[in-house]
Amino acid sequence: MSKEIKIKINGIEYSGETGETILKVARRNSIKIPTLCEHSDLEPKASCRLCLVAIEGRKGLFTSCSTLIEEGMEIKTDSEEINRLRKKNLELLFAQHIERCNFCVREFNCQFLKLAKEYGIDVKKYEDRKIGYPKFKFGPSICFDSSKCIDCRNCLEVCEKQGVGFLDLENNNSFLEIVPSKNPKRDCVYCGQCVIHCPTGAFMEIDSVAEVESVLVDKDKYVVFQIAPSIRTTLGEEFGLPYGTDVTGKIFAGLRKIGAKKAFDVSVAADVTTIEEAEELIERLTQKKNLPMFTSCCPAWVKYVEFYAPEFISNLTTVRSPQMILGGLSKTYFAKNDGIDPQKIIVVSIMPCTAKKYEITRPELEIEGLRPIDYVLTSRELARIFKKNKIDLSLLESEKGDTPWDEPTGAGIIYGASGGVTESALRTAIFKLTNGQKLEQVEFKNLRGMKETKEAVIEINNIKIKVAIVNGLGNAKEILKIIKQDPNRYDYIEVMACPGGCIGGGGQPLPTTQEIRELRAQGLYNIDEIKNNRLADESPIIKKIYQEFLINQEIRHKICHTHYLIKQKENNF
Amino acid sequence: MNNLVIKLKEANLTGRGGAGFPVALKWESVINALGEKKYVICNASEGEPNVFKDGFILENYPEEVINGIVLAMETINASEAYLYLNPNYYDQFEENFKKIIKQRPIKLFKKPHYYIAGEETVICNLIEGKKMEPRQRPPFISTVGLFGCPTLMNNVETFYYVSKINKGEYKQTRFYSLNGQVKNPGVYELPENLSILEILKQTGNFPDFEFFVQVGGGAVGEILLSEELDGQAKGAGSITVYEKEKTDFYKIMENWADFFLEGNCDKCTPCREGIYRLKQMVKEKNIDLSEMEPIFENLEKASFCALGRGAAAPFRGLIKKILK
Repeated sequence: MSKEIKIKINGIEYSGETGETILKVARRNSIKIPTLCEHSDLEPKASCRLCLVAIEGRKGLFTSCSTLIEEGMEIKTDSEEINRLRKKNLELLFAQHIERCNFCVREFNCQFLKLAKEYGIDVKKYEDRKIGYPKFKFGPSICFDSSKCIDCRNCLEVCEKQGVGFLDLENNNSFLEIVPSKNPKRDCVYCGQCVIHCPTGAFMEIDSVAEVESVLVDKDKYVVFQIAPSIRTTLGEEFGLPYGTDVTGKIFAGLRKIGAKKAFDVSVAADVTTIEEAEELIERLTQKKNLPMFTSCCPAWVKYVEFYAPEFISNLTTVRSPQMILGGLSKTYFAKNDGIDPQKIIVVSIMPCTAKKYEITRPELEIEGLRPIDYVLTSRELARIFKKNKIDLSLLESEKGDTPWDEPTGAGIIYGASGGVTESALRTAIFKLTNGQKLEQVEFKNLRGMKETKEAVIEINNIKIKVAIVNGLGNAKEILKIIKQDPNRYDYIEVMACPGGCIGGGGQPLPTTQEIRELRAQGLYNIDEIKNNRLADESPIIKKIYQEFLINQEIRHKICHTHYLIKQKENNF
Repeated sequence: MNNLVIKLKEANLTGRGGAGFPVALKWESVINALGEKKYVICNASEGEPNVFKDGFILENYPEEVINGIVLAMETINASEAYLYLNPNYYDQFEENFKKIIKQRPIKLFKKPHYYIAGEETVICNLIEGKKMEPRQRPPFISTVGLFGCPTLMNNVETFYYVSKINKGEYKQTRFYSLNGQVKNPGVYELPENLSILEILKQTGNFPDFEFFVQVGGGAVGEILLSEELDGQAKGAGSITVYEKEKTDFYKIMENWADFFLEGNCDKCTPCREGIYRLKQMVKEKNIDLSEMEPIFENLEKASFCALGRGAAAPFRGLIKKILK
């Protein structure tokens, strides 16, 4: 039971609830307390010691991130003493961290550096302790520069929370330090949540900016960009726009400024994924085969199944993820129609995700010897390119995407939030099972939201579809345990590795918190709500592509389907 | 009130692990804590340099220790107890304790060699199979301890005296580890109100050279000059004698720093980085109090647990009193 609690902070009265920390109440009331190791997804560890405050009548100082409020508490967030201790802690933290500010995921948004300026400390007071510390690369996705690590251990905690546990503590000269696991049964699945939760940029994506810049100036190449569903309501944050702002048209405009020959929308291919996946689901339901069916558009989840739970490989839908389908369509259908040599087409995919960098390297996805996608940039990398080119997204006039992949349905857009894939697939499944009747219900609001595991039973023409929607890989691990016990409990399971789905992806702008994820998701649902077409099957583009190109099983299989393999450990150090 | 608790209160017994908390108070708070299950833990992690009196007790009076644990279990109504032993003691005394414990629900647990593994919340974490890190307090372990249950944790020597007090054999004594440049090193059981000076004299260990002592632990203990010995030996009850002329002060400080760095959990900034910086300064013989004092202050006021909070005092004492 939560109960109202009255406290005073710096002499002014505020109210909070049982179980709230001092920091939470302070933040809600815009009272600044510096933090580094705190993150809304994780239990407070109180290790950086920056958020120290004084409590009237109590001896010593307390970390506001971990101290719960009590009735009548009088808190002081600043004093000469507190200031002095925070400064020393900052100096000591900078004494570990090697500053590589010019090439950092936090280049334009570094809380650590901001605090150094605010407290006026000398970041070079001590010689950096971590000089010469190693850099680790996890697949083609993530780089861990351990010389930038300040030992907050958020990465370790979030990796464990994800059920992956690829990070360990190892004793090195009396210091317990984060290292990739040597355990052969542990491997990175590239979700990138370590990047999201690292306060100092020790974890970042493996950068493809330079490569993309070089193909952009190569006259022999025809560079097309394609943007993921979720980034349209996240990229604006990098340019100071409010959380959840729809910047689809501004992104297209920006991409043309940096030299895109075409700017496509991956949400169009999400509509293809929806149709293929709904069909596969109906087929499996009819044949009662390989149920429950798992979604496969999240590459971190796919790698998780292939490495940690290969006994479930046959449960994964064989449908490719939207980015792979669109890349494939661009290098076949689009190339042919527009008379461009597919060898010269370079597809650059802008994704909310670090695992998407891994997905594009899968050889089984090649079509006629070509990779459907050449490069993946995270939304942060695209923001870096824009900033380098002095393009302020917030000032650009919106432009339309390029045909043929310009107009998705609302179904394709909500792919970016947890529950979106299921909602889209259900819209189509119901449409198909009712032989194309107009949908009475378009929105499935009980499937939406940030709740980690959602369940529902949808009844269509006496067929019951039992669905579960999971975000956060740790929760998926739990669902797999449930299915082992009770294989018939679900028919369809959507899994997104990242909290909240792609809007909370490992490639999204920093910071990403629970509150921010909700606003980003709401932005996507707002776009869906005002779309004329909210059902994949109604899309004129989809109708056309199925009439002209995806006309038989063979071609559909080649462009839209794949298979999976048991994976051995890929990251050995 | 429980009879034994009254006796403990009358005896004014204080904890012998180092903090000196009144034992009766601790027991009462566990008795009053609500919980379906309660635990007793005997902390035999003794991991600080120059302290070896718990090992002496484990070797010579194991029955008394187990008796003290059993009395505690009865008194707080605990169904299970742990004897948490440092790795050397575990290897040395495991067999003997198993013989004494027999079928009683007292389990032996082997501590990792890190010093921090002797901190009470870390002990709970380790027995639970969790990370070797201290927990945020409150809640205190007397209400939320091992496996979330009210837990009574006392040191080996404390349990020994619980047994003595119960039998009416307690004579207000404690155990002292005498060491360093002394003629008769060893463990002595002497009155607890004896001054350090008297202890040195009565054990035939008063030096005939210029000296200083470290009292209460070979790392966190206080540095005292030969004219400052009128007080009692607090903390873990050790007295280490250093001959002034022959002592390399920098080496002592470096040893302390190494001990803390090796033994801490590296979780919080002051302890992990502050002690490292102290070590660098000592190694370079670069003793500048204006640079060190802010680190001392940070350790004392901003560390997560008692290890960091206690780490500054010996450095400050040695530098101010001896190095000047």
